[in-house]
Amino acid sequence: MSKMHVKMTVNGKEVEALAEPRTLLIHFLREDLKITGPHIGCETSHCGACTVDIDGKSVKSCTVFVAQANGADVTTVEGLVNEDGTLGVIQEMFREHHGLQCGFCTPGMITRAHRLLQENPTPSEEEVRFGMAGNLCRCTGYQNIVKSILAAADHLNAQKEAAE
Amino acid sequence: MIPAGFEYHRPADVASAISILKQHGDEARVVAGGHSLIPMMKLRMADLAHLVDLQDIGEMKGIQVGADTAVLGAMVTQHEMITHEGLAAAIPLIREAALQIADPQVRYVGTVGGNVANGDPGNDMPGLMQCLDAQFELAGADGSRTVAARDFYEAAYFTARDDEEILTRIHIPVPSAGTGYAYEKQKRKIGDYATAASAVLITMDGGTCASASIAMTNLADTPIWAEAAAAALVGTSLDEAARAAAVAAAIDVIDPVSDNRGPVDFKKHVAGVILRRAIDRAASRAS
Amino acid sequence: MKDEVQTPAERTANLKGMGTSRKRVEDVRFTQGRGNYVDDIKMDGMLYGDFVRSPYAHARVVSVNKEAALAIPGVVAVLTAEDLEPLGLHWMPTLAGDKQMVLADGKVLFQGQEVAYVVADDRYVAADAAELVEVEYEELPVVVDPFEALKTDVVLREDLAGQTEGAHGPRKHHNHIFTWEAGEKDATEAVIAGADVVAEEMVYYHRTHPCPLETCGCVASMDKVTGKLTLYGTFQAPHAIRTVVSLISGIAEHNIRVISPDIGGGFGNKVGAYPGYVCSVVASIVTGKPVKWIEDRMENLMSTAFARDYWMQGKIAATSEGKITGLWCHTTADHGGFDACADPTKFPAGFMNICTGSYDIPTAYLAVDGVYTNKAPGGVAYRCSFRVTEAAYFIERMIEVLAIKLNMDAAELRRINFIRKDQFPYQSALGWEYDSGDYHTAWDKAMNAVGYDDLRAEQAQQLEDFNAGKTRKLMGIGLTHFTEIVGAGPVKNCDILGLGMFDSCEIRIHPTGSALARLGTISQGQGHATTFAQIIASEIGIPADDITLEEGDTDTAPYGLGTYGSRSTPVAGAATAMAGRKIRAKAQMIAAYLLEVHDDDVEFDIDRFVVKGAPERFKTMKEIAFAAYNQAIPGIEPGLEAVSYYDPPNMTYPFGAYVCVLDIDVDTGEAEVRQFYALDDCGTRINPMIIEGQVHGGLTEALAIAMGQEIAYDEMGNVKTGTLMDFFWPTAWETPNYQTDHTTTPSPHHPIGAKGVGESPNVGGVPCFSNAVHDAFKSFGLTQTHMPHDHWRIWKTANGLGLHG
Repeated sequence: MSKMHVKMTVNGKEVEALAEPRTLLIHFLREDLKITGPHIGCETSHCGACTVDIDGKSVKSCTVFVAQANGADVTTVEGLVNEDGTLGVIQEMFREHHGLQCGFCTPGMITRAHRLLQENPTPSEEEVRFGMAGNLCRCTGYQNIVKSILAAADHLNAQKEAAE
Repeated sequence: MIPAGFEYHRPADVASAISILKQHGDEARVVAGGHSLIPMMKLRMADLAHLVDLQDIGEMKGIQVGADTAVLGAMVTQHEMITHEGLAAAIPLIREAALQIADPQVRYVGTVGGNVANGDPGNDMPGLMQCLDAQFELAGADGSRTVAARDFYEAAYFTARDDEEILTRIHIPVPSAGTGYAYEKQKRKIGDYATAASAVLITMDGGTCASASIAMTNLADTPIWAEAAAAALVGTSLDEAARAAAVAAAIDVIDPVSDNRGPVDFKKHVAGVILRRAIDRAASRAS
Repeated sequence: MKDEVQTPAERTANLKGMGTSRKRVEDVRFTQGRGNYVDDIKMDGMLYGDFVRSPYAHARVVSVNKEAALAIPGVVAVLTAEDLEPLGLHWMPTLAGDKQMVLADGKVLFQGQEVAYVVADDRYVAADAAELVEVEYEELPVVVDPFEALKTDVVLREDLAGQTEGAHGPRKHHNHIFTWEAGEKDATEAVIAGADVVAEEMVYYHRTHPCPLETCGCVASMDKVTGKLTLYGTFQAPHAIRTVVSLISGIAEHNIRVISPDIGGGFGNKVGAYPGYVCSVVASIVTGKPVKWIEDRMENLMSTAFARDYWMQGKIAATSEGKITGLWCHTTADHGGFDACADPTKFPAGFMNICTGSYDIPTAYLAVDGVYTNKAPGGVAYRCSFRVTEAAYFIERMIEVLAIKLNMDAAELRRINFIRKDQFPYQSALGWEYDSGDYHTAWDKAMNAVGYDDLRAEQAQQLEDFNAGKTRKLMGIGLTHFTEIVGAGPVKNCDILGLGMFDSCEIRIHPTGSALARLGTISQGQGHATTFAQIIASEIGIPADDITLEEGDTDTAPYGLGTYGSRSTPVAGAATAMAGRKIRAKAQMIAAYLLEVHDDDVEFDIDRFVVKGAPERFKTMKEIAFAAYNQAIPGIEPGLEAVSYYDPPNMTYPFGAYVCVLDIDVDTGEAEVRQFYALDDCGTRINPMIIEGQVHGGLTEALAIAMGQEIAYDEMGNVKTGTLMDFFWPTAWETPNYQTDHTTTPSPHHPIGAKGVGESPNVGGVPCFSNAVHDAFKSFGLTQTHMPHDHWRIWKTANGLGLHG
């Protein structure tokens, strides 16, 4: 199968590669770019472990061909750390509130939570649960994930206030 | 779950897309959000040699809300429908239904065009569009034509769209002010298709139901616009007898199949319960 | 010195030892996507394996044509049973004493069975090639019902034809695997025959699946120059895998290195050995290149490690006042095409004989018959210590059924039958010695916490409203008091394939006072790197933050049986404490020498040894460590390290009291959990934050299992629940908040008194949710219905009780 020239921005860096159009974005990220934060869990777009941010939208990268993402701006969990290499607020709050156990859903969870809080900086618990319903976790029962995201919202809002 | 190979096309306008379809016949398929098609390709249950990605076609994007009609580009996503305040004000039924589709990630990429054109009986938008009496604009090599949502669905995955046509826009009459609406859906969990779902619109004139529209989802191999059910409401005060008659008429025309969600008798019963709740909520919102 | 001004409380806090909610050290990597799971492993020249699987549940394999597949550029090999047979690897032993086809040897026994293994230089090419392998099948009659299996002439396991003796005793029928018995049959039947009251029910715990978010997979890498095989994989028991690979491949065990990297959840799915591992090893040996195999989700649900599928016929006898006098159970166990449980050898039905539960039942009898059917092989312990979930579900349903028969409140019935605190250690009628418990205290605390009497009053009111037509919702109150049996186990009666179920820990204290510890277990999310360091911190007095913990590499970690069955804390946790104590003993001698007093004149105090009666004279563990390496001490070897292999004297018996309140919509069959209270007693608590997280997660898996999660087959043996659309896995939206609580009854025989907690919420949660559903319909005459309680089954119950008018 012939390959196509693919160009996109991933975590702020321009990347170019040759890839078969059928290559799933998750495989392109993991195999070609060695960005292994996003994971493969269900392969039918139910679990959200492969969630990445594409052009400001949370997307399940197991259900996107690399060809479709040609030209896109992609952010993965690796792109959510602070510039100095420390954990971002959401990441830190997942750690603080035990929002993860095996860690396999975590990159997708955090990437989704990032977009959720961009769109709704002050969510209720119910809004967090509804907004995170595209991400499955087998370990935590979600209670501490919800807690982590609500705490992250508080922290981010406090940071914003302090900056203003 | 690895898809088979294909040639990828990303045309910039509808005419180019149609010419690609024409050139490759049934070897080609269009893709919008892809969240129905791509899983089928990964399961190797959809076989195609050419994939025509519609994402760059500007004329298939955007939401215009007029006084009488709202026009949705086929590439409008569920997320866009949910967050569009003008659309929510004019036709709140759409937001209510779209929020019950799949999950947040899928709603970011899932499009209204893909949802209505795919012909999957599990999709929510076809029934919704029948309820709203939407018109689907289909572009082909010889120009475009319009087919009513209520005439569009023939069987599961079979619709009035020809293989070389593309559904480009959806025209939806804006319900009159005070129209009561409801989209009610029972599902096992978020991300599931409906066990039963129904869309209801009701307008009242004084204490009398002036018009009604009812559609049912995932209860037959096509969406069901339940004309007789709606007729059972019109002209009544929406009293208990009328509501029960509407439910009975709707159950009469659905034809659900047994699946993991349950057997036929269960689905018929639940369809009645769900429809009744939708009628009740729509009625409570009608003024 | 800074130490001088620190109070004992400050010094203790500084250790972050046992009892503190220490933040997890693992999370720094995981939250930024820096985990290292098996599919993250990439090696030069790595090949990819993919399976051709049977679409039929029972069929002869007439022929396999590889030509078209081999013609694709990039395809390296297509393996079938014929290719493996010369190596003796076309079959492999299961952990249950049975054997299993690696690749279809003449026939297939379940849908999704491995038929051929394609190896290619790219995973997309491997998938393309797998499509092109042509397999001709001849369909055979399918047997999916275990009761039918014991009657039919259809022979599933032709390889066992004529064998009347199985791995666990006589076989009664060609589809029969074993009969296993415990307790006294005649005595129990006599008690039942003469009892005031007997309740009898069939309790079915349906087939389900652990379904961790990460599927199973491996990378096998044979280095032809050194002759060394390295096998990375999702292994919950890496050492056991090493031994099994050595036994079946003939490669000497020292030439095999098994590495479990980060594991994305296990729950029992990743204990056993699967055909994918064997094929990958063979492919790597043949090609001399690393070979990766990763299951997809459908393969995971269809072929590896189902759990439960127990049909439990029960009789429970009691006096008219409600004192239980006897329990009888006959279980028909559906194992699928091969018996691929991971039970200790002497326990082919696992610890099902814990089914007397929390109750003082003087006489009991249990028999289990294992049966072959045309379903996926297994019967694994899914978040469960070998059939404890089945046992707990059985007894907690039987108690409810008995309460109905006695017309007695089920909370009170439990109360009057609990084993009393003063009866521990308690000998159960089915052969266990319960180590410790205080069930009445836990139960009363739970009942008070939820306001049990008020809940019953509210339920009565809601029922009245329902009957008056004011609501269509029924309220259900689910109760459970479970007793677990975990920490397998004592080598005298617990082994897997002959490997004793001890576990191990090795600790090295570095000269500057930090440490490295290695264990025979492997975390799959439990946070071992965090909690085991806490045990060491408390035992030795070195801050947990200064202790690195390693697991999962058989070249470096001491031999151990791995992590499943809530055994890590009871067994490896004990080994950790014991290794710590060996170090402390040596440290005491060093300290005494440094302080110029007799060994007996110093005592351990948090993070140092002090001279008895003169606490101002002390040596900190840091100072002792430095001296251990750098000072010549007469009669003492340099260095400060220890290893402990811990063979537990007994199992541990965590317990808990759970209450669930839910509302059922009788018209749609939907159930909504309003409240869930979980009191767990897991003995000494090492990290309360992690315990709470385990409880939340286990309860959510229990919710899933009780309310919809199943592996369902149609009559042709087709799997109906092969994707996460149909395999019920609740999202954050369907999952309630949980209220957690605890009592603490330490294990008397465990070095630190800890019992283990990972499975408790799953063991106790399932009956609690199920009892709540049953309870909602109790006043309409329901005594027993089967899980999962999905919408249509609840609706069917309501319909059958005439609640739809």
